[in-house]
Amino acid sequence: MEKQVLKQGKGELFTLIDPDQMRAFFRQKSKRFENKVTTVKEAISQHVHDGDYIAVGGFGGVRIPAALLHEIIRQRKRNLGFSGHVATHDCQLLAAGNCFDRCDAAYVVGLEARGLSKNARRIFESGNLKVAEWSNAALAWRLKAAAMGLPFLPTRVMLGTDTFEYSAAKEITCPFTGKKLLALPALYPDVALLHVHRADVYGNCQIDGIIIADDDIAKASRRVIVTTERLISTEEIRRDPNRTVIPYWLVDAVIEVPYGSYPGNMPGEYFSDEEHLREWLEVEKDPQAFAAFLERNIYSCQSFFEYIEKNGGLAKLQALREQERAEE
Amino acid sequence: MAKYNPAELMITIAARNLEDGATVVVGTGGPCAAAMLAQKTHAPNLIVMFEAGGVAPILPSMPISVGDSRTVHKALKATTMDEIMGYCQAGMVDYCFLGGAQIDKYGNLNSTVIGDYHKPKVRFPGSGGANDLASLCWRTIVMTPQDPRRFTEKLDFCTTPGYLSGGDSRYEAGLPLDTGPYRVITDLGVYGYHPESKEMMLLSIHPDVTVEDVKTNTGFEMLIPEQYDVTEPPAEEELQILREEVDPFRYIIGRS
Repeated sequence: MEKQVLKQGKGELFTLIDPDQMRAFFRQKSKRFENKVTTVKEAISQHVHDGDYIAVGGFGGVRIPAALLHEIIRQRKRNLGFSGHVATHDCQLLAAGNCFDRCDAAYVVGLEARGLSKNARRIFESGNLKVAEWSNAALAWRLKAAAMGLPFLPTRVMLGTDTFEYSAAKEITCPFTGKKLLALPALYPDVALLHVHRADVYGNCQIDGIIIADDDIAKASRRVIVTTERLISTEEIRRDPNRTVIPYWLVDAVIEVPYGSYPGNMPGEYFSDEEHLREWLEVEKDPQAFAAFLERNIYSCQSFFEYIEKNGGLAKLQALREQERAEE
Repeated sequence: MAKYNPAELMITIAARNLEDGATVVVGTGGPCAAAMLAQKTHAPNLIVMFEAGGVAPILPSMPISVGDSRTVHKALKATTMDEIMGYCQAGMVDYCFLGGAQIDKYGNLNSTVIGDYHKPKVRFPGSGGANDLASLCWRTIVMTPQDPRRFTEKLDFCTTPGYLSGGDSRYEAGLPLDTGPYRVITDLGVYGYHPESKEMMLLSIHPDVTVEDVKTNTGFEMLIPEQYDVTEPPAEEELQILREEVDPFRYIIGRS
C-alpha cells in the first residue's frame, strides 16, 4: 500500500479522512423535517466549540456569513481550525478575533485587489500558527472528495512545487495510465458557516449567482449553520426544485439575517461596501485604533444589525443596493 | 506617437496576445483589464472565465473580486469553482493570466512568502487559484513590473509551477503534457521561453528600452537572442478604449 505513494507533503493533516466514520455519522444525523430556525447567538453557541474545524462559504468578500463570523468573535471562540479557501474578509475577521490556531491555506491574508490585511499578516508571520499549503482547486476538491464519501481525489495540480511540499497531499501513480497524480485527502469540517439568498425553515437553500464551493461544503460538514437573506416557504422551494443548492437534511440551523454578507457583496442584492473594507485595512495598521474599532464594531454590538447601524445603516444599505442594480 | 504609462503598455500588449475565440481564466487587475480590452478590440468572442464560477460574462466594469457580481454580468453560466477548475483540467482552457511577487528563469512563481517559510518576513496570500491555473491551462501568461528582486535566480518559495527546473522536468513532475509558461509581459519587454532548455528569453523590447536595461533589471541570466523585435507601442485607438471603456476610473492604469 505505502509503496503506491511516491512522495508526501510535510504539512499537517488537520482533519480525519475515514469515510466509514463519516458514513456512520451521517447515518445517524436526523433527516426529519424539523423547523431549524434559531438565532445567530444560539446557533454559534450550540454548534461551534473551541477547537472545531470550520469552513466558511462564499468567496472572501462575496456572499460571506459575516453575521456568524462576528458572533464567533463575540463569543470568543478559540483554537479553531480554518479552511482558507479564498479567505479574504472572513480570514481578516477570524484573525481579528484571534479565533484560529491552524489553517489550511489556499488564499489567506489578502483582500484581492484591495491589499493585504496587516493584522492577518501579523498572525501568519508570527510562527505560532500551524499552516498547511494548498491551492484553491485543491481545497475545493478536498471538499468534493468528502461530499462524495471518498477518502481522496486524484488531481493534476500542485505537482512539482513547494505548495505540494508544504501540504499534506501525496503523489501517487495512476493505476490505469501510470501517470503521476496528486492525491488530495478529503476535508470534513466540523462546522460549515454559509450565507444564502433564500431558505425555508427546514434548511432547503437557494443561491443566486456563483455557488463557489458551498454545495460541497454543506455535504462535507458535520454541522451546517445557514443564514439567509430571506426565509421562504417550502412550497416555494418545491415549485422550482432545480433551484435547491442545499437540501434540508444537511442543515442544522437556519437564521434569517438580511444583509448578512455585509460588508461583502451579495449577488443580485447589494454590492460590497468598499469604503468600509478600506477602513478595516487602514485601521489595522494601528493596534490601539484597531482594538477600539473592534470594540465598537463587534464586541459592544448586541447583534449584527447594530454593526450595520453604526456604519451607515439603512441609507448605506440602500446605496449598496443601488450600486448593485446600476450594472444590471 | 501616443503617450502612455507602463501599466497601459503592459495591458495593451497582453490584450494582443489573446486571440478571438480563445478561452482564458483571469484574475482581477491588469489581467482582467487586458481581457476586457481584447474583447473590445480584436477578440469580441474571447471567452473569459473566473475561478470562482463566472463563465463568459459581458463585463460592465472592472471586478474588484474574481467572485463579485460583475463576473457573472450577462454571463452564460454561474457555477462552482470545481467546474471551472475541471474545465482547465480537461484541457478546455487556452490561457491563464497571472501575477506574482517573484518569478524565476523557468517561469515559476512565488506568491506565498518572502523569507523563511516558518517565520516569514512577509506572508502573501499563497496560491489562490494560481497553482491550479498554471498547472492545468495550456498557456500561462504572466504580467508583472520588472526589477532584479522580482526576476530572481532563486524563489523563496515555489508556489506555482512554470517549467520547474527546465527541460522536461515539468512533464516529469506529472503536470499535463504541452502545458506551461508562454509569455511574460513587463514594463521593459515581452519574453518567451527557449524551446528546449525552457529558460526565459527576450522576444521583444519596448520602445526606448535597451538590452542593458533588461539585463540590469533581471536577477538571473536572461537569454538574449541575436534577433528580437521592438514592441509595437499602444495605438491611439487601443488607449482610448482602455481609458474610456475598460478602466474609466483608472483603478488599474493609474493616474500618471
